[in-house]
Amino acid sequence: MSANAPLLSIRDLHVTFRTDDGPVEAVKGIDLDIRAGEVLALVGESGSGKSVTAMSILQLLPSTATRTGTIALDGRELTALSEAQMNDVRGREISMIFQEPMTALNPSMRIGDQIAEALRNHESMTKAQAHAQAVELLRRVGIPEPERRAAGYAHEMSGGQRQRVVIAIALACGPKLIIADEPTTALDVTVQAEILDLIRDLATERGTAFLLVTHNMGVVADVADRVAVMYRGSMVEVGPTTQVLRHPEADYTQRLLAAVPRLPDADEAEPELPEVAEVAPVLSLAGASVTYRKAGQNFTALDAVSVDIAPGEILGLVGESGSGKSTLGKVALGLVPMSGGELRLFGEKVGHGGVRGRAERRLRGRVGAVFQDPGSSLDPRATVAEAIAEPLIVHRASHPMSGRARAARVRELLEAVELPAAYASRYPHELSGGQRQRIGLARAIALEPELIIADEPTSALDVSVQAAVLKVLRELQERMGFACLFISHDLAVVHEFSDRVAVMYAGRIVELGRTDDVLLRPEHPYSRRLLASVPVPDPVVQADRRLARLTTRSVA
Amino acid sequence: MTTVTVPATDNAADKTAGKAPGKAAGRASGSPFRRGLRRFTHNRLAVFGLVVLGFFLLFCFIGPLLYPTDQVHTDLTSTMLPPGTNGHPLGTDDVGYDVLGRLMIAGQVSIVIGLAAGVLATVIGTLWGAIAGYVGGAVDAVMMRIVDAGIAIPATFLLLILSAIMKPSVPLMIIVIGLVSWLVPARLVRAESISLKSREYVLALRAMGGTHGRAVMKHIVPNTVGTIVVNATFQVADAILLVAYVSFLGMGLQRPATDWGAMLTGGMQYTYAGAWWLIFPAGLCIVLVVVAFNAIGDGLRDFFDVKGRDR
Repeated sequence: MSANAPLLSIRDLHVTFRTDDGPVEAVKGIDLDIRAGEVLALVGESGSGKSVTAMSILQLLPSTATRTGTIALDGRELTALSEAQMNDVRGREISMIFQEPMTALNPSMRIGDQIAEALRNHESMTKAQAHAQAVELLRRVGIPEPERRAAGYAHEMSGGQRQRVVIAIALACGPKLIIADEPTTALDVTVQAEILDLIRDLATERGTAFLLVTHNMGVVADVADRVAVMYRGSMVEVGPTTQVLRHPEADYTQRLLAAVPRLPDADEAEPELPEVAEVAPVLSLAGASVTYRKAGQNFTALDAVSVDIAPGEILGLVGESGSGKSTLGKVALGLVPMSGGELRLFGEKVGHGGVRGRAERRLRGRVGAVFQDPGSSLDPRATVAEAIAEPLIVHRASHPMSGRARAARVRELLEAVELPAAYASRYPHELSGGQRQRIGLARAIALEPELIIADEPTSALDVSVQAAVLKVLRELQERMGFACLFISHDLAVVHEFSDRVAVMYAGRIVELGRTDDVLLRPEHPYSRRLLASVPVPDPVVQADRRLARLTTRSVA
Repeated sequence: MTTVTVPATDNAADKTAGKAPGKAAGRASGSPFRRGLRRFTHNRLAVFGLVVLGFFLLFCFIGPLLYPTDQVHTDLTSTMLPPGTNGHPLGTDDVGYDVLGRLMIAGQVSIVIGLAAGVLATVIGTLWGAIAGYVGGAVDAVMMRIVDAGIAIPATFLLLILSAIMKPSVPLMIIVIGLVSWLVPARLVRAESISLKSREYVLALRAMGGTHGRAVMKHIVPNTVGTIVVNATFQVADAILLVAYVSFLGMGLQRPATDWGAMLTGGMQYTYAGAWWLIFPAGLCIVLVVVAFNAIGDGLRDFFDVKGRDR
């Protein structure tokens, strides 16, 4: 195949959705070429139309969508094909990898049979042949003991292994193009790194082209050959990864890259300010343990964790999913009972043998909480004003306030999080994710708390929105001086925000210290592995990091 | 992460969305009520149900004022008159009551019992289910076993026994029907309550020191309102049918009070005499009202569909 003939060629693609509020144009006439054997990253924030573009290639759009334009695979026009012909293309010539590996696999079907099914859909072969080839595919995607795994089920595997199986299914019929929609977003960083390695290898060895839909610039820098940036349904920039990420031309790309938080190099870091003077901590956990009973087995979510937060201090808490960092936050908020240990808020012991009932609730008024999911952090049937006023109403006994004073306070709080006062009468569904998260922030600071517990407050947001929300949070912290337990899996965000950092792994704090010490010069082997796995949004630096990571792994 | 229905205002427009042109249009169709109303009116069957129900409410409660008849004293000089004779548009029954007038007062009883029993069942069931689901654990187990036990008792049978022991009256029937039909809403609301209690806005309330009572009354119950109201309309329809059953079996209200079920029983004895006007009108009323309530329930399901999509 000649180098200049693209494998897939999209011309003037428009996609429009019919909605309750009139037609919405999701993709506004884009052109895109994908060459054989290359990894093309399609990046953009939510609502930019990147997933819609990917779906329209396979003609998997919902029935409310209308599409115009041409999509040609190897010179063959896909938009002209009948549904039956298109079905033959799906899986055999173009296949797809989805974001969530758990729901992409059938939980009641053996792994081997699921791969064999994909094979037998398009090629006539016996069951035995298909099974043998399924085992071979599992071996190819790096599943250890493929014969045994082929006879097993999805629930017996880890998230990373499941995603490997999904990739094996996508590879089954040797497609020319694989569309991967956020294939690593649901995975932890250490697992993400392994999956990205696999994608890179497959593209190089088999010449399979990948269209990688992602919002993560680190992932782009790690694996992509070329990048296409979308913004509000239009293509703003296409080019080689190094060029786009290092010397972006479009305004939007520059803004997007500027909003991505990054960790500085170890030698660049300035020495931190000296520690705050010794005062009674606002939050103190001593030997806190939480044990769940799950399917007859005890599962230790939190294993004798001790940590203090001083007044005005921001403690970052990092770790992968299941490390217990969210459980720690919930223990501090009194939402999860401890099975052992001691919790002190503002020096007073809470729970067994300490303050309880009304006195405990009053103490809780001095702690604010911000949660992750902007979709569920606000009651859909309450207006913004009602949501923000709730803490004022709950604590009306200790903070008496007239209805008018409360309304004034709501306006003041909206202003503090940089939203117009007119938003008070709106409902959550009328707000964007970032706006909802600001409302959550306003609610948390309504009683001027001395401690805020923020559990992944920006993880569900786009980078530019994340930057704005973090800015508001930082300004509020500087002005009000509250202490903060900041839980996040994003090390760069934690680095920007925290005074001290704790790294959690398997229910324990494995490393705790000043931010720069922990995140730039980690000592514990797990912290090191975690840091090495985070892809940085600079292709040149990331190439070195990838090499360093692969060599340390092969040595280990 | 990216879903296809996300409006374009979600990203960098975050700070400027207040001025974004798309927002003004979104605001006009703003509150959940107005959006719901639009979906409700799209459901033709539901609108039909509402019209039918409106007609019956006027017929039963305003009708007697425009068409007064004596439904207390029997008139043995004009019994079993076919429709259209002597100023009786729907004829008279075996003791001389005007059938059209009787349909009206019978309808009052059926609708009042149905609505009151439906509301009673819904209130008890909602609170029971919301508390069981929210508290969880042993409390939930005990509360739901009580519901299971209640469901095992046949409601018609219980009503018949009680009618045999006590003199059936409207308040008694409301209480008994209400007390046997709260079990289904209790189960429905419990299931929703379990999923709602782990929502972050409930966690946020608990974290700020709010009481459990406030969590249930302010956040759990209002968010099950869709389930509750839809189910309530079906409860009302069921209660009307249940009253009709019991009365049909002769254990309902005693004359001169009546309801549509009791009118049917009375008419059944004269089937072979060809007195169709004693059976069809009452039967048709029951069918139409029950169908109307079910259609409204279906429309309300669209009304409360938070996802807000067209069908």
